[in-house]
Amino acid sequence: MAETASMAETAAIGAPRAAYPLDALALGARSIEAARLTALGPAARLAFRGREAAIQAAGEAFGVALPREANRRHTADGRHALWLGPDEWMLLAPGADPAPLFAAIEAATAGLPHALVDVSARSVTIEVAGPKAAYVLNQGNPLDLSIEAFPVGSATRTLFHKAEIVLSRIAPDIFHVDVWRSFAPYVWQMLEDGRRELA
Amino acid sequence: MLIIDCPWCGARPEIEFRYGGEAHIARPADPAAMSDQEWADFLYNRTNPKGLHAERWRHIHGCGRYFNAVRDTVSDFFVTTYKAGEPRPDIGESGK
Amino acid sequence: MTNRFRTHSGGRIDRGAPVSFRFDGKTYSGFKGDTLASALIANGVHLVGRSFKYHRPRGFISAGSDEPNALVNVARDAARMSPNLRATQVELYEGLKASSQNRWPSLGFDAGAANDFVSPFLPAGFYYKTFMWPAGAWKRFYEPKIRAMAGLGVAPTLPDPDRYTQNYAYCDVLVVGAGPAGLAAALAAAAGGAKVWLVDEQAELGGSLLAERTATIEGKPAQQWLADTLATLAAMDNVTLLPRTTAFAYFPHNMIALAERVTEHLAAPGADLPRERLWQLRAREVVLATGALERPLVFPDNDRPGVLLADSARTYLNRYGAKPGDRAVIFTACDAGYRTALDLAAGGVAVVAVADLRREVHGELPARALAAGIDVRPATVVTGTTGRLRVSGARLAKIKGGPSVDPVGASETIACDTVLMSGGFTPSVHLFSQSRGKLAWDAASGAYLPGTSVERERSAGACRGITGLQRVLEDGYGQGEAAAKASRDAASPARGATPPPGPSAKTFPAQADDLGTDGFIGATPHARNPAFTKAFVDWQNDVTAKDITLATREGFRSIEHVKRYTTTGMATDQGKTSNMNTLGIVAEALGESVPKIGLTTFRPPFTPTTFGLFAGAARGDQFDPVRKTAIHDWAAEHGAAFEDVSLWKRAWYFPKALPDGRREDLHAAVGRECKAVRSSVGMFDASTLGKIEVVGPDAAEFMNRMYTNAWAKLEPGRLRYGVMLREDGFVMDDGVVGRMAPDRFHVTTTTGGAPRVLAHMEDYLQTEWPDLDVWLTSTTEQWAVIAVQGPKAREVLAPLIEGIDLAKEAFPHMSVREGTILGVPTRLFSVSFTGELGFEVNVPAQYGRAVWEAIFAAGERFGITPYGTETMHVLRAEKGYIIVGQETDGTQVPDDVNLGWAVGKAKKDFVGKRSLARAAMSAPDRKQLVGLRTTDPKLVLEEGAQIVADPKAPVPVPMLGFVTSSYYSAVLGHSIALAVVKGGRARIGTRLSVPMPDRVIEVEIVEPVFYDPKGDRLNG
Ligand SMILES: [Zn+2]
Repeated sequence: MAETASMAETAAIGAPRAAYPLDALALGARSIEAARLTALGPAARLAFRGREAAIQAAGEAFGVALPREANRRHTADGRHALWLGPDEWMLLAPGADPAPLFAAIEAATAGLPHALVDVSARSVTIEVAGPKAAYVLNQGNPLDLSIEAFPVGSATRTLFHKAEIVLSRIAPDIFHVDVWRSFAPYVWQMLEDGRRELA
Repeated sequence: MLIIDCPWCGARPEIEFRYGGEAHIARPADPAAMSDQEWADFLYNRTNPKGLHAERWRHIHGCGRYFNAVRDTVSDFFVTTYKAGEPRPDIGESGK
Repeated sequence: MTNRFRTHSGGRIDRGAPVSFRFDGKTYSGFKGDTLASALIANGVHLVGRSFKYHRPRGFISAGSDEPNALVNVARDAARMSPNLRATQVELYEGLKASSQNRWPSLGFDAGAANDFVSPFLPAGFYYKTFMWPAGAWKRFYEPKIRAMAGLGVAPTLPDPDRYTQNYAYCDVLVVGAGPAGLAAALAAAAGGAKVWLVDEQAELGGSLLAERTATIEGKPAQQWLADTLATLAAMDNVTLLPRTTAFAYFPHNMIALAERVTEHLAAPGADLPRERLWQLRAREVVLATGALERPLVFPDNDRPGVLLADSARTYLNRYGAKPGDRAVIFTACDAGYRTALDLAAGGVAVVAVADLRREVHGELPARALAAGIDVRPATVVTGTTGRLRVSGARLAKIKGGPSVDPVGASETIACDTVLMSGGFTPSVHLFSQSRGKLAWDAASGAYLPGTSVERERSAGACRGITGLQRVLEDGYGQGEAAAKASRDAASPARGATPPPGPSAKTFPAQADDLGTDGFIGATPHARNPAFTKAFVDWQNDVTAKDITLATREGFRSIEHVKRYTTTGMATDQGKTSNMNTLGIVAEALGESVPKIGLTTFRPPFTPTTFGLFAGAARGDQFDPVRKTAIHDWAAEHGAAFEDVSLWKRAWYFPKALPDGRREDLHAAVGRECKAVRSSVGMFDASTLGKIEVVGPDAAEFMNRMYTNAWAKLEPGRLRYGVMLREDGFVMDDGVVGRMAPDRFHVTTTTGGAPRVLAHMEDYLQTEWPDLDVWLTSTTEQWAVIAVQGPKAREVLAPLIEGIDLAKEAFPHMSVREGTILGVPTRLFSVSFTGELGFEVNVPAQYGRAVWEAIFAAGERFGITPYGTETMHVLRAEKGYIIVGQETDGTQVPDDVNLGWAVGKAKKDFVGKRSLARAAMSAPDRKQLVGLRTTDPKLVLEEGAQIVADPKAPVPVPMLGFVTSSYYSAVLGHSIALAVVKGGRARIGTRLSVPMPDRVIEVEIVEPVFYDPKGDRLNG
């Protein structure tokens, strides 16, 4: 993830170095084609919650309409809006600086009942990709991850072993696992353990 | 592991949920107006039925919503689930 | 050793692949495809174990997972040692090392066998009856002796080096059992387009077909049909075939637990493969095709090595090419005995007699046996066997007439080296019963069969009492079709009874022997002295027919009680061979019919399961998530000792290296850290504190309802210490809350309480006040939090901060400002949990370590000292600040812990307020927080120690309270303690006692604030 410098990182001149919980683990990942593991770079993550009136305005300001169907992800221009609850969305913009996004959405939703919170640093995203990605995830996740039951565009909060994650299917063979940073090494090692038999 | 039908997310595995006690016990609007006995009833006394039981569940590792369910305490079958705030469906008092 | 008992040809073993193995230190050879049991039998070895209680010599009974006797230990190395494996299921691999169990010093001579000679004195319930007196002798004498003699196998003492994995999976139709019914069901379901899983516990799929010699299906030999069918299924994308996979438990909503043995059969398994895999498979529809288990006959000496089930003997012969002996006597209550007799004769084993319990024998199989010249004897029983470690003869006697209770005539002993028995077949209804399906007694077949279903499941073939190969195949196909059809409209997870199966669309012309449903349940008659005969019902637990009748004589009526009293059916085989015969014996003894007796409950697992399978990857470092802060690695690099706080690792103290090379102990490090904070400055990683952002127009109103404090007047930019109660009025959590904006609060919680507090808030918000426009977001992991505490704190931070005026007037104690630190956005709190001037620097977590390092560098000139949780605890205790969960245990109202000031008494309502109004909550004798001082300043009280007024008072001494926190304060030069004591505040200045095992410690009750009681230092 070191190669994807975030704007937040470069915005402040002489800012301290950013460090992420998977920096060391990701370097030691085995190359297993059936289920590849990648620690994705920083992203702006905003938790948006609010009443009906604010939902559309937030989506317009973010540039992605917030999905109204349960457990869906909408994507536009590389940004994602994930339905996490009937009044809760995760707005995800890989590589973006959260501050201007936060300001833009706050401006667009001013006076409308809502809550916007910057949680960019709260989690990291792990990509699990390959023909056995679903198999490896199902070692700790109890959902039916067949393409019929969990199609591309699905996104949901759920569990991976003893950690809560947000799981989203990007492509038939590509999943993203968003996990709180202190749980990330645990999830990473469980994924490593799960794909070991595929080496 | 049971499957629980979240009113928002649909059928999901039990480990994503937390039990939340008996349903339809609203917090009194004016607690100060209640006698100690009435308050104790609200706080502690529950029906504990043998048969159909309306109870609260939360899809804590999913949509995060609290919702209600009618479950048969004899068979452990969920009879129905419904959103918080909706009335208990009229499906009788006893198990099937 | 030669394979003297190996047939010349046939069977499914690979005769071109010899395998050498060791049993009890002796080397033998077998073939690829053998089980340990079949290879030993081929070598003429039947003695493989000693029984549990009487240490009687035992041999193989069966050829499958129902085996009660042949439990062996298989060891790959010292750590990979599996006790209690059934030799009948252990697949042979090159170099396999197995040993027998429950014998000492050797299998041939076992000292414990003395139990057998005193056995008239070891009846059912013997342990319960005998070891009652004298009471002390149980612990000193009986228990150690019994433990030494009893037990099955030896557990390895090293950690298990193997890996076990767990997988969740989903399918449309799960078929359990790959015999003819299961294969046909899988074919039908797969043809219907369903996603099908077919699992079987055996190494090869095929079930009974694997031992078929003469049967044909669709014009092909059964084994050819099997190969073709498996090839067809394997070629289908929607079919998953899993051999070596036991469906061992049936959970609600069609979740079936499958144990797949991945590497157990391999001589050199790869390091990356798991040894076993647990599948938690959710099936829309389940087809149980679990077949039937052959029932033994209960006759005297039926446990001698060489006595086997007849159909198992046929399996050894036909599937493995292993002859059970040279001369066989067959004792049967059904036609299965004749089928075995015919196959044995064809395989070169002399069948010297068939004793048939039935008085009249007719039908095709007996006719063929007679035609083959076999000595068939109707109305004949075996009343005993001879031999010591192996059968050498069978006593046959005629039944004089009437049913089984009739006396028998004089016996004749016939020389033989194997006795093969068949009492008929018991449908294997274990999984059906585990699914909570109701069993129904079928009088026609004398068996319990699946009745009403609870899950979306159906049974097929022999497990539901169907006999005859063609009928079994057609039933399987019909059930498979119906399951596939039902799986298509199974949108709802609701459980419900299964609809009756549709008729099969396919016929399976098959030619095979139909064994019918004849059989026998109970103990067969004999006229021998009951005191000196043992007819075993449960081989593994050494329960005899006599034990069961004794239990009924002693008044046990319920089958569940008989089971527990005699332990029949309670061994690792779960009564697979013994259940029905027990019922028969109890029924006869009580003069009731079998269905009147009832049936014991079938419980998972179907066969014993390894602990590793259940643990999966959750072991060692990965047992639980280990949460580490952004600053954790810095602390580790600087020698910190850590403690666990919920799932977090927190730096506990930072021991410094001493000149002599050792490191400071806790006491020295904490003393130094405390002094540094009080005299200059220290820094502390507070990142684990829970954080919740409460945002929305109604945020202040919500805070008012959730916390005891008043929030409306808290201005943006200010902090307040908040107290949260449960509805019962007791303190639940506390923390500092910052108002960032009129509609935005930055709430902190205790480290361990974070998820609980968030759930508590969500509960009220969602279910009581959904009208409030406010939302909650956890920000615990968003922020790294660095506490900088001490008189020099401001001087350390000032040069690093931009956009915040740190001057005392501009940024008073209990304020929050937003700015940057080294260019990183920060929420800076002026707050103290130490009693000193203090700040908490919140920065986005990825900058936590870098900012920490920068503050550490900036503080160097003041001797900035990193400190851990222990110092934090001491510093706060010196100030009398409570820790929720340490000073509180869920029974303290705010006033009990001196937090009455934090309760907004003018507020109309908040969670817990009404409870505080109950009289008991303000009683003067409630336990109240006080300080304790010991006379000896060095003496540190034990946390949790009880406090009494008079230690010499008669027992039970009234307990006034207990010590909640206790430390040595290096700053004050004496020990300090906090305690909760009944009416404690009124006792300040008095003395009480803390009785300890070795002495009584006198303590003085003091104010709980030991340091800077006026709080002057907070403002720097
Ligand atoms: Zn949900």
